[in-house]
Amino acid sequence: MADTPFILQEHQFHKLKTVLERLRVECAARVVFLIDRDGQPIAFNGEIGAMDTTSFASLAAGNVAATSSMAKLIGEDTFPSVFHEGERESIFISIIGRALLVVVFDERSTLSLVKIRTKRGSFEVAAILDEATEDSAAFRVNQNSFFTEITDEDIDSLFS
Amino acid sequence: MTFINYASREINCKIVYYGPGLCGKTTNLQYIYDSTAPQAKGKLISLATETDRTLFFDFMPLELGTVRGFKTRFHLYTVPGQVYYDASRKLILKGVDGVVFVADSQEERMDANIESLYNLEENLSTQGYDLNNIPYVLQLNKRDLPNVIPTDELTNELQKKGEPVYEAVATNGSGVFDTLKAVAKQVLTELRKG
Repeated sequence: MADTPFILQEHQFHKLKTVLERLRVECAARVVFLIDRDGQPIAFNGEIGAMDTTSFASLAAGNVAATSSMAKLIGEDTFPSVFHEGERESIFISIIGRALLVVVFDERSTLSLVKIRTKRGSFEVAAILDEATEDSAAFRVNQNSFFTEITDEDIDSLFS
Repeated sequence: MTFINYASREINCKIVYYGPGLCGKTTNLQYIYDSTAPQAKGKLISLATETDRTLFFDFMPLELGTVRGFKTRFHLYTVPGQVYYDASRKLILKGVDGVVFVADSQEERMDANIESLYNLEENLSTQGYDLNNIPYVLQLNKRDLPNVIPTDELTNELQKKGEPVYEAVATNGSGVFDTLKAVAKQVLTELRKG
């Protein structure tokens, strides 16, 4: 069977957005993303311009999956963070349990600042995600009318 | 893993196209990409070698419409088919909600199909899944080629659990959307069952 769905409720989403917003300001970053380790974008804050955030999320997850496997091959459990330095823009990715906190920053910030601020923000993000994970199962059992109400016609209509 | 966001009212699911090297996994995605309206799809990302063989994965997000006010978005992935990219295949199966096995119908590729199917079962189990309990569709691709094995023979050999089987010619799109619909429908039905 596939995994239990991960359900993010509105109040949890807004709490995450608040943490990301504060983190972006504290890091003097261009944009901060929260991405599921399977590659699904969860939330972001900052300037994305024309960036394709869905592709970005998928590639970030692929990147972390590959480097984590490389870590195992050299006897490390994992690399808790990954850094890519560009000429103008850089990317710092921090692994928080089931999610990735991705900070995109330029010359207005520094790696050390981003690392310090991200570490602190990670705890808050982890707490909200833990709460959402615990709630996901209970939410389905208690309030799953949305799921059970889906009819064959609803599903068929997607393909008409 | 299906990700449901109540704030943005979205359901996100992950579907993986699996199969031996050169069976047409990327061609399936390319056809879906070419035939879908721009507003329903994102970019098709291909992490490929210089000779266009899939190195890590191909990826495209596809929005199918809304169910009960929730946008349904399917993230379609392919795995690299070549035997030595097994580590990458394992990674891509993480969090999968549904699998399409693309079989190459040509006689000389039968062993490669069987090997890849066995590899799929093994890699799913490494990730904690069981092929018998996951939304799954078998596609018999390249039906237009001269040296293909008859459909019933291929089905007998490759069908694992009575899953839907579709004949396809991915290069011209035949069977491509039928396959996608079948797996997407199973994923959404699974969600309803809980």
